Amino acid sequence: MTYQFDFSSVLAYWPLFLDGAWTTIQMSFWATLAGFIIGVLCAVARTGGPRRLRQIVTVYVEVIRNTPLLIQSYFLIFGMASVGIRMPIMAGAVLALVINIGAYTCEIVRAGIESVHKGQREAGACLGLSPGQVYWYVILRPAIERVYPALASQYVLLMLVTSILSAVGANELFGASNQVQANTFRNFEVFIVLWVAYLALTALVRGAFWAVGQCVFVRRRKLGTPL
Amino acid sequence: MSSQQLTYLIEGAGGTLLLSVLTFIFAGLLGLAIALARVSAAAAVRRIAAAYIQVIQGTPLLVLMGVCYYGPNLAGMDSVPALFAATLALTIQSSAFFGEIWRGCIQSVAKSQWEAAECLGLGRLQRMVHVILPQALRIATPPTVGFMVQIVKNTSIASLVIGYAELSYNAKILNNSTFEPFLYFGLAAMLYFAICYPLSRWSRQLEGRLNVAGG
Repeated sequence: MTYQFDFSSVLAYWPLFLDGAWTTIQMSFWATLAGFIIGVLCAVARTGGPRRLRQIVTVYVEVIRNTPLLIQSYFLIFGMASVGIRMPIMAGAVLALVINIGAYTCEIVRAGIESVHKGQREAGACLGLSPGQVYWYVILRPAIERVYPALASQYVLLMLVTSILSAVGANELFGASNQVQANTFRNFEVFIVLWVAYLALTALVRGAFWAVGQCVFVRRRKLGTPL
Repeated sequence: MSSQQLTYLIEGAGGTLLLSVLTFIFAGLLGLAIALARVSAAAAVRRIAAAYIQVIQGTPLLVLMGVCYYGPNLAGMDSVPALFAATLALTIQSSAFFGEIWRGCIQSVAKSQWEAAECLGLGRLQRMVHVILPQALRIATPPTVGFMVQIVKNTSIASLVIGYAELSYNAKILNNSTFEPFLYFGLAAMLYFAICYPLSRWSRQLEGRLNVAGG
């Protein structure tokens, strides 16, 4: 018996797929934005904060990086529901993603901050920059510019793992496709369509990070040399 | 919580470990082949390997799980064991990451080593096996151990489409019947942490040793 592929009945649900893809993009966008801010703040705290704060951030980063996102989102979303905290499923899903990606961002940015040579700071101070200016212009901005490629790949992975949040009811691309599977029983075709859709989304996200990099890191664009 | 429930969770952790070890073995072999293909002398081989890495790294593991679970059915296999489908999907995914990590390690072996091996009259294969790979291995150990953490965490995805009974799956089952998410998912998280944290520490230690050695 040979299997008859039938993509037309699956593709007939294209509005559902499109809607799901849009949700995936939105979730990724908000999780990336909030996760970046939290990650940078944690990296700053971990490299120069008071000892107590450094310990708290270290525990946060280690716990998140050594447990799976699936368990984290089960814990957060089912856990909150069990103590009576109700929040929209999308808000819970994005919150779980932010907590997760914040820890990864922290590690990457911390590596960037630690790679800034001590002489650079001293040179900045010698030029008469205030400590705040030194931190901003000499340490933080170059650090982020240096680790930007690593951050971008991490955020592409983030977009891909939003699919896991379908397990807690998020109706993003993967979650939306469950309905198509239930309606058509064409599981394999659905997965092939999903595969192509995610590859397109990956290309889109990579392109977006390239464009943002070109706009934000003017020095790099003009000189074309890495820091 | 009864001791039976705790045993059930520990059994799940056993499933996680089994899946992780199988994935590490197979993905290691396939990943090595991909890394070697990435530095091959033939441009076509290099490009195919690069395309494989690009495509797999742009696909969610959950989708690979689905393809590996429903795909073999179409090829004529009646029922696919969950462990087989999960290992296949994880192997495909992890091999793309290993391929890329190890390519970097192979290429970071000093150029003079490649040239010296050639001057000594070693063949391509001899040069790779006796000169390049032993040196690349030293550089490759820390990121490889680090990626093992990713493999352990990724096995949790096998509980979703495929329904392989590992730690996350068993924790979910326990929660479904008891409605104590903090307890069971907290315990599951601790078990994952107990597996992953030593690996993370080990990876960092190896890296530190490498930096001291001036590698």
